[in-house]
Amino acid sequence: MGDHSHGSPNDPGTVAKAGQGSVESFQDPGLPPHRPRLADVDPRAAKRAERQVTLLFVVSILGTALFFVAYFVVGRTSTFSGIRLQNTLLGLGTAFAMMGIGVGIVHWAKTLMPDHEITEMRHEIRPEAERQEAEAMIGDILDETGIKRRPLIRNSLIAAVALAPIPAIFMFRDLDRTGATANEIVDRLRYTMWDKDTKLVRDPSGTPIKASDVQIGSAFHVIPEGLDDTEDPLNEKAKAVVLLMRLDPREMEISPERETWHHDGIVAYSKICTHVGCPVALYEQQTHHLLCPCHQSTFDLTQECKVIFGPAGHALPQLPITVDSEGYLVAQSDFHEPVGPSYWERG
Amino acid sequence: MKALSQRRRHPLAAVALLLMGLLITGGLYAAAGSVNEAKAATTYSASDVDEGNKLFVANCATCHGMNAEGTTDGPSLVGVGAAAVDFQVGTGRMPMQMQGPQAQAKPKQFGDEETQKLAAYVASLGAGPAVPDDEAVDTTEGNSAAGGTVFRVNCAMCHNAGAAGGALTRGKFAPGISDVSSKHIYEAMATGPQNMPVFNDSNITPEEKRDVITFLQEIDAQGSAGGASLGSLGPVSEGLLIWTGGLAIVIAFTIWLTSRPS
Repeated sequence: MGDHSHGSPNDPGTVAKAGQGSVESFQDPGLPPHRPRLADVDPRAAKRAERQVTLLFVVSILGTALFFVAYFVVGRTSTFSGIRLQNTLLGLGTAFAMMGIGVGIVHWAKTLMPDHEITEMRHEIRPEAERQEAEAMIGDILDETGIKRRPLIRNSLIAAVALAPIPAIFMFRDLDRTGATANEIVDRLRYTMWDKDTKLVRDPSGTPIKASDVQIGSAFHVIPEGLDDTEDPLNEKAKAVVLLMRLDPREMEISPERETWHHDGIVAYSKICTHVGCPVALYEQQTHHLLCPCHQSTFDLTQECKVIFGPAGHALPQLPITVDSEGYLVAQSDFHEPVGPSYWERG
Repeated sequence: MKALSQRRRHPLAAVALLLMGLLITGGLYAAAGSVNEAKAATTYSASDVDEGNKLFVANCATCHGMNAEGTTDGPSLVGVGAAAVDFQVGTGRMPMQMQGPQAQAKPKQFGDEETQKLAAYVASLGAGPAVPDDEAVDTTEGNSAAGGTVFRVNCAMCHNAGAAGGALTRGKFAPGISDVSSKHIYEAMATGPQNMPVFNDSNITPEEKRDVITFLQEIDAQGSAGGASLGSLGPVSEGLLIWTGGLAIVIAFTIWLTSRPS
């Protein structure tokens, strides 16, 4: 502190010769000469700068006033154009209020406050002796506590510190109020509410779907019947949403164990991407590609929703479906594998 | 009211009530039924079909075949309905300019009358969705909130929640819907042009289709609630603006802060 010096530092800073032939030396040029500003020499310029700074602060005051006008006067509307105008004015008011102060202070500092250049020298790095002194001090403290001589105290302190965080684990566990066991919690991810004879119904109207309603090329967004009666419809929906499509059965390559999973080319696939769980619902009815909008994973419907592009790890799970006696589409069972992104016991 | 309450125990009261109920349900049913009939009642004259056939052979048969049976270059048009023709030709997508990932909208090549004749010819090949009448797209009757729900479930994943459109696989895209006529929106839902899935009347009912159109008109008329929409493209255009415009402002301030005052 207070270790200022004007002009060049103590050492003129010549660089030693760096080998044969090269005899370059570098002279520290020091600071450039101080140049007075316009406001330093011309009182009228100083007066003008003063007025500019004041004007910027007034701009800030007006900005705050604009905020309140927008908040209390313009806000008395419910139309979109009114809300849009209010948002714009609130933003502009706040921007002017903040920027007026900031720009004003910087302009004040740059034009009117003293501008003499100063050089502050770096502090010397402290010598080794001080480090040893600190080390000795720590050793003294340890000796005075007697922690080396009284292992009983040391060990009981270690035990107490190790045990103290354990209650937190129990408190975090209590955040889950269902009292479910670990296996039940895993099952929540493994199973959805689809079950034998659960009707496929339209999202969001909840009306059942007749197989005859589904023409080739159409796509239905499907939820399980009774979704709204469950305890947590949004969580159930997040797992159970299904996309229902119909294509010519001759276009599909169906593996033997899935022969009975479709009904006349009507197939149902989980809408939850196997990458990070975005809804895969961009269906191209001619190419039979399903595209995930988040990371462009592409699934081929004709190959049982195999991944043909993108980061998804595995095919979309298929929901086995059939029709009931009235011709409505129903599920045969739950999905045969967990829906959604990678799952630790997928096998 | 007093007279009515005195007669409610009259022996014929039950009969009168029954008659009234039957009349109301019957009347409503007839009204509802006639709406559906009116929709399907669009008929084309034989001369329209003939002239449509000539236009078809001259302009479309190269790809779709002499009898619209389809070739390797174009699909069969049997059973696609008048609505498909009205959409594809009315928005200029057909005749196609060149083969590509998908046919794109361009200035239309046929007038309304010629389009109607082509539609008459294609409709005569097999039953399919008809061109909707004015009542089906009368948005004064529509419910934009209900339409918004249907749109977000069925349409928004491709066409964007603000109907600005979006990319599909391998060069295909879902177009923006802000400047498409109500009739063409209805026809696109009913026929599923190109890679768009079909949303037939049992999937999205005619009333729901009208609600969707009402919703689209409403968001179009009201614009973005949060200032400039930047094409409603989400983080791409917003990010681009902040990286270029925002950084330029930061750099400008940095230069000003460190510059020497005069």
